[in-house]
Amino acid sequence: MADVLNPSESKAYDLAAIRQDFPVLSRTFYDKPLVYLDNGATTQKPKAVIDRIHRFYSEEYGTVRRGVYALSEGSTEAFAQTRETVKAFLNAAQSSEIVFTKGTTEAINLVAHSYGQPFIQAGDEVIVSAMEHHANIVPWQQVCLAKGATLKVIPMNERGELILEEYEKLLSPKTRVVAVNHVSNALGTINPIRRIIELAHQTGAVVFIDGAQGAPHLNVDVQALDCDFYAFSGHKIYGPTGVGVLYAKQAHLEAMVPYQTGGDMIETVTFEKTTFTQPPYKFEAGTPPIAQVVGLGAAIDYVNEVGLSAIAAHEHRLLKYATEQLNTVPGLSIIGTASMKAGLISFVLEAAHPLDIGTLLDHEAIAIRTGHHCAQPVMKRFNVPATARASFGMYNTFDEIDRLVAGLHKVIDMMG
Amino acid sequence: MMTPSQIQDQIVQEFEALNDWDVRYKHIIQLGKNLPDFPDSARLEENLIKGCQSQVWMTAELKEDGRVCFQADSDAMIVRGLVSLLLRLYSGQPPETILATVPEFFERIEMGKHLSMQRSNGLHAMIKQMKFYALAFQMKQRG
Repeated sequence: MADVLNPSESKAYDLAAIRQDFPVLSRTFYDKPLVYLDNGATTQKPKAVIDRIHRFYSEEYGTVRRGVYALSEGSTEAFAQTRETVKAFLNAAQSSEIVFTKGTTEAINLVAHSYGQPFIQAGDEVIVSAMEHHANIVPWQQVCLAKGATLKVIPMNERGELILEEYEKLLSPKTRVVAVNHVSNALGTINPIRRIIELAHQTGAVVFIDGAQGAPHLNVDVQALDCDFYAFSGHKIYGPTGVGVLYAKQAHLEAMVPYQTGGDMIETVTFEKTTFTQPPYKFEAGTPPIAQVVGLGAAIDYVNEVGLSAIAAHEHRLLKYATEQLNTVPGLSIIGTASMKAGLISFVLEAAHPLDIGTLLDHEAIAIRTGHHCAQPVMKRFNVPATARASFGMYNTFDEIDRLVAGLHKVIDMMG
Repeated sequence: MMTPSQIQDQIVQEFEALNDWDVRYKHIIQLGKNLPDFPDSARLEENLIKGCQSQVWMTAELKEDGRVCFQADSDAMIVRGLVSLLLRLYSGQPPETILATVPEFFERIEMGKHLSMQRSNGLHAMIKQMKFYALAFQMKQRG
């Protein structure tokens, strides 16, 4: 791996220093130190992000791409800088391929509408996978309904891995779009997106990658992947809520119809006709979430400083340790045992419903997610109503996993 | 027959006697375990309460003496415990009493705070469902 040579990543992983950067991690609940293991839902924010937003609102805030005065020009520059930061982060070919959205969900809706409108017709097919978040199912289902197209589903095996042979059988000249996640939010599976993209391209389909659980944890190079669309959310990568990223190849963006219309995305408007401006602005109608975009830039800078490869390695060690330790808990079954997993473990206990687990762990100041994780088809596949999920971030420790395991023993004890 | 406010006082006293949160949770779990069996024949989609992280089933019947009899169940034990407390308060009461009674004991035993995800554990949805049943029975009684 070439990036091992990156000097910023060759230094030891300074977990204590990283934890110092996240103010909320020093909080206690019920007189116990917080163990935050719901990073799959949302991540905590480092001081670098909090301070950047504070400074931006205190000293630099103005509208973007409209004002002729200094504040607006400064804001515009800070806003544009994040687009450059994201471009480099994903290794996009040009910054105009980076569209700011509200989050991953909006990015999926945008592509389903703006690509689906001109390119999906009656009789066409869209392929999703059996392990998608509802957000990467429903928009495609809706566009298929509206267009008379058919939604096909890539099945998975009992470990929670997509069955690529079945995927190949689903692909045909009728396939327009393949939409899969990079990492499953319910199972932790890392999907072989390079191969998925390659196979889709052989039949002429485009591929949308839901990177909500991918980009915060794994290096992404959209050019090396030859990815058509990749989306992720700011708040899952230590940045603010209300901002996300859609990467799309320039040619796609140019061929797509606008998602929303309004200010700052038009060239000329008369009551007879409106012509639209160029990407990415064509897809950013109205005043964008300016401070959130600037905060996202600070978050990615912070992640880059720690080093995404180093974060991934740390999270992988946590995953390995947690898997070993959780497997010692009586009656615990891990749901999703793919050979390639990100730092996320879904599990069920014989002794307790996930909601009981979550409620009792909360009293130990341990925050995990319980429920169906907006992936009801996954729950159905594994025949469970819900799971408990621990998901790791750059700041989690081995001690915290010990606390989780001790907490689960206590849950079992309390359930009697 | 105790009044709803006496029942609520009784529940509060019961919990105040348990000074530690672990013990309070254990008590709720025990209440859940002691909840009478729910008939399998009533475990139907139409009896499922929406908006809960766990599955909660509930049925209600208006008895000849004008009182409402509730039966309920959940696949989560803590929720069964909460169900048990709600049944103690509301089951066997006439519709107008059910509609007029606010289950303030949850606040008083601070379960409202500690089980703060009321939306997730379905407490809110269960109370709403009980009041819907009471309202429907009241309208039926009035013809």
